This record gives sequence, structure tokens and C-alpha cells, in this order.
Amino acid sequence: MAENVTPRVRVPSEASAGEEITIKTLISHTMESGQRRDGDGELIPRSIINRFVVNFNGENVIDVELAPAISTNPFFEFQATVPESGTFEFTWYDDDGSVYEDAKEVTVS
Amino acid sequence: MKLTRRDTILTAVGAATVAMLPMRAFASTDDAIAEFTGGADVGSEGITLTAPEIAENGNTVPIEVSAPGATEIKVLAAGNPTPEVATFAFGPLAAAQMASTRIRLANSQDVVAVAKMADGSFVQARQEVKVTIGGCGG
Repeated sequence: MAENVTPRVRVPSEASAGEEITIKTLISHTMESGQRRDGDGELIPRSIINRFVVNFNGENVIDVELAPAISTNPFFEFQATVPESGTFEFTWYDDDGSVYEDAKEVTVS
Repeated sequence: MKLTRRDTILTAVGAATVAMLPMRAFASTDDAIAEFTGGADVGSEGITLTAPEIAENGNTVPIEVSAPGATEIKVLAAGNPTPEVATFAFGPLAAAQMASTRIRLANSQDVVAVAKMADGSFVQARQEVKVTIGGCGG
């Protein structure tokens, strides 16, 4: 069971129409790979974030499928186009069914 | 513990199975690429995979993939217990078909990125990474 999962997202708060911006995201998560063994030699069950989706005003920016080979505290950096003022919605899906969300507003001046 | 004949045979079978596992892992990288491309020819132009030549810590190796015009990029680590690393699908608001992340590498190996282009063709890039400390908690 994942605990203390905190998403952190860096998005510029202002942009010009059609501008390409860089977004960085980080979420604290152990990303237990299912390959490690505990002190008694038993396999620790896999528990990872398996999908990460970013939308802007409902339109898709990036959709990532994660495997256990993604490091602890998954980090992503990517480029997005901002056509108008609106909200970036970030969603992480956990193996255990949990869904973590964050949102950032961008104003086009 | 007293070893019976049956125990000995079971142990031998178990050891043989474990010994065969790495072979399966190597084969499955090609399988994973074939599954992604559907067996189509894979070119090498128009995709960039940036990874360090030497990674001191296999637990967190920064990589960047970029393939202008791609709809999807799949990243594989040929020497990991399971080769899949991540698949990036780019939507209409992706300004560039590129992404950076941090991955785990069990040992020194090739990292492979395969991109599916908008016209349905495939390109791939390969980069060897030497790992000083492996990242599988073994």
C-alpha cells in the first residue's frame, strides 16, 4: 500500500497563446518493483503507479504507461502547447486502484 | 534437513529453471519490439535517445527520448528482468514528441527506444549504459 503519495507539478502560470511550455512532474511513490526480497527471502509484491495522464481542458497532452523499471518517485518532463487559458489536469493511477490528481491553471494573456 | 531423492530432483529442476530465466529475458526484448511494431521494418533515422554512458547508480538513470512526428515511443531495457520501461503516447497538445524520466537498470546493458511515427512506420535508437551499482535491489 502506497503511503504519503504527494504529487508535485511545475507549470508556468502565464503563457502566450500557442506557446510551447515545459512541464515537470514528480510524485512521491516507492514504486515497489516486485523483484526485491524482504529479510526472510520472500518477494515483496509489486506496487507501482502504472499510468500517468496529462490533459489540458480535456484534450490529451501525454499518456504514459509505466513499468516497474521506472525509478522511485516517478519524474517526467515534457512539452505542451497552450492554445488558450485553461487547466492542466494530471492523473496518476496506482496498482492498488488509488488515483492521485493535481491541476494547474494557466492564463493566456 | 535430510535430503530425500525426491527433494534432490526437485532442487535440480528448480535450479535449471532459474538458470534459463536470463535467456528468456533477452529474447523477450525482441518479442516486445516485435509486438509493438507488428513485425514491421524498423528504421533508425529521426529518433534520439539520450542516456548517460556510465550510470553510477542503476536505481535512477536519467533518460530522454525524442522523435519528432511520433505518436508513441516505447522504451525498453534489454538486460532487466522485465524489459518494459515505459510507453509514451503523445496527444494533440504535446508540443514536441519528447519526454524525460528516470529509470532503473539492473546492470550494464542496452536501452532501446522504439517510436511509432504518424505514417505508421517505426524507428528505433539504442544506447549502451554502463551501470556501477545495479538497480533491482538484488
